[in-house]
Amino acid sequence: MSTETMKPQVAFFDFTGCEGDQLQVINLEEQLLELVEIVDVASFREATSAHSDDYQIAFVEGSATTDHDAERLEAIREHADTVVALGSCATIGGINAVRNAQDFAQVRERVYGEDADLFDAWPEAKPASAVIEVDYEIPGCPIDKEEFLRVVTALVRGREPKLPTHPVCLECKLNENTCAFLRDDVCLGPVTRGGCDAVCVSEGTRCWGCRGLIDNPNEEAAFDVLEEHGLTPEEVIDMYDLYFGWQRANGGAIDAEESPEVQG
Amino acid sequence: MTEISIQDEYVTRVEGHGNIVVNVADGTVEDCEWQVVESPRFFESMFVGKDYEAVPHMTSRICGICSASHVNASLKAVEDAIGVSISRQDELLRKLSLNAEIIQSHVLHVGYLALPDLLDSKSVIPLANTHEAEVRTVIRLHRLGNEMLEAVAGRSVHSQRLVPGGFSKIPSEDELRELRESLAGAFEDLEALVDLLAELADRLPAFERETEFISLTHPDEYALYDGTLYSSDVGELSNADYESVVNEYVTEQSTAKFARHERESYFVGALARLNNSYEQLSPKAKAVAETFGLEPVCHNPFMNNVAQVVETAHLFETSIELIDELLEAGLEPQSDYNRPEIDPEDGRGIGLVEAPRGLLIHDYTFEDGTCRAANSVIPTNQNHGNIQADMEAMVPTILDRPEAEIEHTLEMLVRAYDPCISCSTHYLEVEFVDGEA
Repeated sequence: MSTETMKPQVAFFDFTGCEGDQLQVINLEEQLLELVEIVDVASFREATSAHSDDYQIAFVEGSATTDHDAERLEAIREHADTVVALGSCATIGGINAVRNAQDFAQVRERVYGEDADLFDAWPEAKPASAVIEVDYEIPGCPIDKEEFLRVVTALVRGREPKLPTHPVCLECKLNENTCAFLRDDVCLGPVTRGGCDAVCVSEGTRCWGCRGLIDNPNEEAAFDVLEEHGLTPEEVIDMYDLYFGWQRANGGAIDAEESPEVQG
Repeated sequence: MTEISIQDEYVTRVEGHGNIVVNVADGTVEDCEWQVVESPRFFESMFVGKDYEAVPHMTSRICGICSASHVNASLKAVEDAIGVSISRQDELLRKLSLNAEIIQSHVLHVGYLALPDLLDSKSVIPLANTHEAEVRTVIRLHRLGNEMLEAVAGRSVHSQRLVPGGFSKIPSEDELRELRESLAGAFEDLEALVDLLAELADRLPAFERETEFISLTHPDEYALYDGTLYSSDVGELSNADYESVVNEYVTEQSTAKFARHERESYFVGALARLNNSYEQLSPKAKAVAETFGLEPVCHNPFMNNVAQVVETAHLFETSIELIDELLEAGLEPQSDYNRPEIDPEDGRGIGLVEAPRGLLIHDYTFEDGTCRAANSVIPTNQNHGNIQADMEAMVPTILDRPEAEIEHTLEMLVRAYDPCISCSTHYLEVEFVDGEA
């Protein structure tokens, strides 16, 4: 063991996803060298061959989609004192959950044809919290580098990292963005958890909902606004399902069956 | 007699999950497998039912490292399908976004993932203490790729500005001038990286195996953003007929599809492009290739690392040219929230680009602005078969070495391809199985 064993050991693990959140950690560039001054990296498969099961903080990226994913998550939970879910796929199922609403036999057939039976996966992609207890979450697709640093620093100093509770709209106002609804576009900013500095709207598009629903979204109002801007209920649900699919299906948001005029 | 059992689960310093399994009993290779074990992603199904704005957004999420390549190929396919064309300015900016991503990805691979092998280190992190100047050079080059992406595409991972019909927002001319200055100033760092690698290049194994190289080709430029399918075995091929070129097939050792064309396997990526389009490299890129004695046709897969550095020089030079063309024409102003008006036609569209790891194809069918069918051919899928064939050829030539060295050499082989396994399922573990039956 090194003489610097007082530094907490952190480990990164990836499941079903694009590894863009771990790339954001590498994208800290020079700040990554500062980060390894305050933590030791016990495992980070994407970036290093060194591996140890002696770690206190585990970051998990990606959705759980197979029994093997679940077994690995459970082993990580055994080893780690603190488990942090990283990114949309690990916190809310992410883009992976789009297929949850599709017929699974058809999903497999579309991708693997007649060999579909060779590949085992759950009919639903799930966030890490659906399989193990997760202590903290850093949402986003991808995660925000500064938010990641704030969470790590808080954990190292023994403080509780806090998840923003305001919607993206607030950050649009701070950035003086032109509201998407005022330029004939639609937007999920009113119901999506802030903390991203409204980056997508600032870059000229709209909020897609990647950080998930805020804790108490006024969904009926949001639904009405989207309909007033010309979306059919089906289109609103489709827009919600890009990132909110898992939350919606698990009691976190508008339920398709309760929504007006939407057929089951 | 030689008994070897290697079960390398989850090969490190690659994107995604793959295993190497080698089983040797009485000096005979009984198993030698490159297994791809990433969980399936099912993107081609998830696109179905989504509109033409959502599909490129989703496509980006296939891969964090090459998200801009996916978006570029996806937009080309969407625009081809729904009948939308883009301006010369938008095309130049998209080319710049692709260049930026390939710089970022190549520097990440060569500097962070491959270099530790040549310096006997498990990762770049301890190198920050033993080789601080070199690590800081690599970081500056990597940061430059990301800053280019941010300036052009709005973000380095999962860009926002590239939308059907053009750009939601464009950089200012001042930002482009700043970028040009950074690129011009970065050749010094690139030369330092070339010098470092040139000292270490003799540590790359001298393994060769003849194979077929497939890439895009273009009459006027080193093909990356645009071009026609090209095979080193048979010449030009039809883009519309890409399925008969890639011949994807499913194998039990992999959740990623494999591909074959004229031979049992083929190679895509920096080395394939360099072999097929060498004459069109920029002057500085050719000078870098000469430093390493790299010339076509090179059949050593380990030289893919070097080809990536050669391409990085090419990308610096051509990015400067792209910026000059944009500035000379003057940027056509547009809204900061540009949402091009589109009246979608029905149809099928195919988009091909060279991603950092090689040929990338997206193929969509749209009706009423909604995706009805999708097929995506990922670079790493096309390389899996070639990795397998290289392993089969290489293992018998290194059986006299200690097991740990065999394992390390095979890991280096896999890493040389810079596999992006999340994309290709869409993974890497080395697994040496016990030889005793």
